[in-house]
Amino acid sequence: MNATLAADPAPAGRSALHRRRSRRLLSLAALVGALIVAVAASLAYGAHPVPLDAVWQALVAPTGGEDDIIVRSLRIPRTVLGVLAGLALGAGGALMQGHTRNPLADPGLLGVNQGAALGVVTAVVVFGVTTLGSYIWFGFAGALIAAVLVFVLGTVRGGATPVTLALAGAAVSALLYGLISAIVLGSRQGMDTYRFWHVGSIAGRELAVAGQLAPFLVVGFVLALANTPGLNSLALGEDVSTALGRHVGRTRLLGVVAITLLVGAAVSACGPIAFVGLLVPHIARVLTGPDYRWLVPCAALLGAVLVLLADVLGRVVAGDTLEVGILLAAVGAPGFIYLVRRRGLSRI
Amino acid sequence: MTRPRLQAEHVRLGYDERIVVDGLDFDVADQSVTVIIGPNGCGKSTLLRGMGRLLRPRGGSVLLDGKRIDKLPTKDVARTVGVLPQTPSAPAGLTVGDLVARGRQPHQHWYRQWSAGDEDAVAYALSVTGMSSLADRAVDELSGGQRQRAWISMTLAQQTSLLLLDEPITYLDLAHQVDVLDLVYRLHTERGTTVVMVLHDLNLAARYADTLVAMHDGRIVSQGKPDEVLTEELLSDVFGLDAKVVADPVAGTPLVLPISAHLRDEA
Repeated sequence: MNATLAADPAPAGRSALHRRRSRRLLSLAALVGALIVAVAASLAYGAHPVPLDAVWQALVAPTGGEDDIIVRSLRIPRTVLGVLAGLALGAGGALMQGHTRNPLADPGLLGVNQGAALGVVTAVVVFGVTTLGSYIWFGFAGALIAAVLVFVLGTVRGGATPVTLALAGAAVSALLYGLISAIVLGSRQGMDTYRFWHVGSIAGRELAVAGQLAPFLVVGFVLALANTPGLNSLALGEDVSTALGRHVGRTRLLGVVAITLLVGAAVSACGPIAFVGLLVPHIARVLTGPDYRWLVPCAALLGAVLVLLADVLGRVVAGDTLEVGILLAAVGAPGFIYLVRRRGLSRI
Repeated sequence: MTRPRLQAEHVRLGYDERIVVDGLDFDVADQSVTVIIGPNGCGKSTLLRGMGRLLRPRGGSVLLDGKRIDKLPTKDVARTVGVLPQTPSAPAGLTVGDLVARGRQPHQHWYRQWSAGDEDAVAYALSVTGMSSLADRAVDELSGGQRQRAWISMTLAQQTSLLLLDEPITYLDLAHQVDVLDLVYRLHTERGTTVVMVLHDLNLAARYADTLVAMHDGRIVSQGKPDEVLTEELLSDVFGLDAKVVADPVAGTPLVLPISAHLRDEA
């Protein structure tokens, strides 16, 4: 150590900070570029490919031709929903892994998926709601109720800890799953709707669905970004976080609210899309390192890219019969295994 | 005498059903170096966590500059008191520079994330702990001693006038132990930092402490200048250690020489 306390400006440390910052900015810019490409691909490719200039035509000056109808009424809603769901699941997954300090944590851990599923089947079987635009509200309400239940059950003396939250989430999910099974097994229509919803898809939804959920997603994103400095301190442990002047309980609560809004909205509209929330934060972490102020936005962008590309791939290889949820499970599982074996899961 | 910086008043601390410290009073004088010693499980760390508001007292109160610490905004407290808990862990891949930068959180706001003042504080904290050249390295890839210094550097970046350090020199070899304690002592003499440390090494504790506090079973059994506290009687009562205490030939402070069982048998 230096013999004097006089500060030495340490140019090495300073330039390292700047280098890392420019690398992260570059990653962010590259992801924005990738998202633009994915959006273009999602608008252009499918069972009926539309050339990019025709896509542009359909966007800015539609004439009502076949291409215009396909792009405007089918692909735009699907693409918008894919972007929103991907952003939400990516950001929600990064937050979830950060709060639980568990690299295997998935946003579904809070019971949000099963809560949304129970909401959907209840709407269909009990209330006779059949349109997707209506039952997503039940799904969203179910997701919120499940998350609140998990948070309350997981809060033991001294507050919610990652372990108690995970246990409460598992218990509540199992309970809700039992209820869902009981309801759908007794109702053919419930079963059909549940199957249609549960596969995980961004197809066949109207643009209004995205519009309905957008306010919740926007609030969810703002809260998620506001949560990132707190999450950075929480990653050093609860004691250090408290020593740095954070309210650990408030930081966790803010995170749970953000995750619930993001994932609840995405899942109720699209069904549980597997692997995005689990896989994407790991890839984003490679690009940004463990700083959540960068990790959360990068995971969000990456989530959107992944969902769109998986959806496009499904359309191209199977002509619109392979839903994004199935394709992501098929591609995501081996991808995740590769990631675990090749890089090891980081301690977080 | 000026008012104590930090005070515990009849403080009761514990975990779940277990009360570790009950009705303890303790004052930390301004610009002093206080070292807490005691056997494992005597409540040293618990007391330090209570004083640093990491553990909420079940009874009594902790006062910072005369005000109840739990009534002060925790971010304000974090600009006055730096606390380094025992064996903290960093997420994989976090660089030393980023870790130390997180020490600036109490000085940051949502509308101003990073300032020139933050930059200087981080550069200073890195330089003074000898970590500048390692700023780009991942914390989890460092040796135990470097890692310990990275955490100390983070706590220094907080730029507080009070430092509470829980076993800051575990995992370090003797040369690095002395380095860290010399650094802490210089902060004390050159910047007037008030320091409270938990240390296991009694000889180093005696050498660096203005005030030595010996704890046993959650109580303070002796408190004062090192040569008043560190006696053969205390070592036997508190630590159950048969030892001789002589004057340290280097510093003149008490030096504990344990009488090991095999030596006792021979005598």
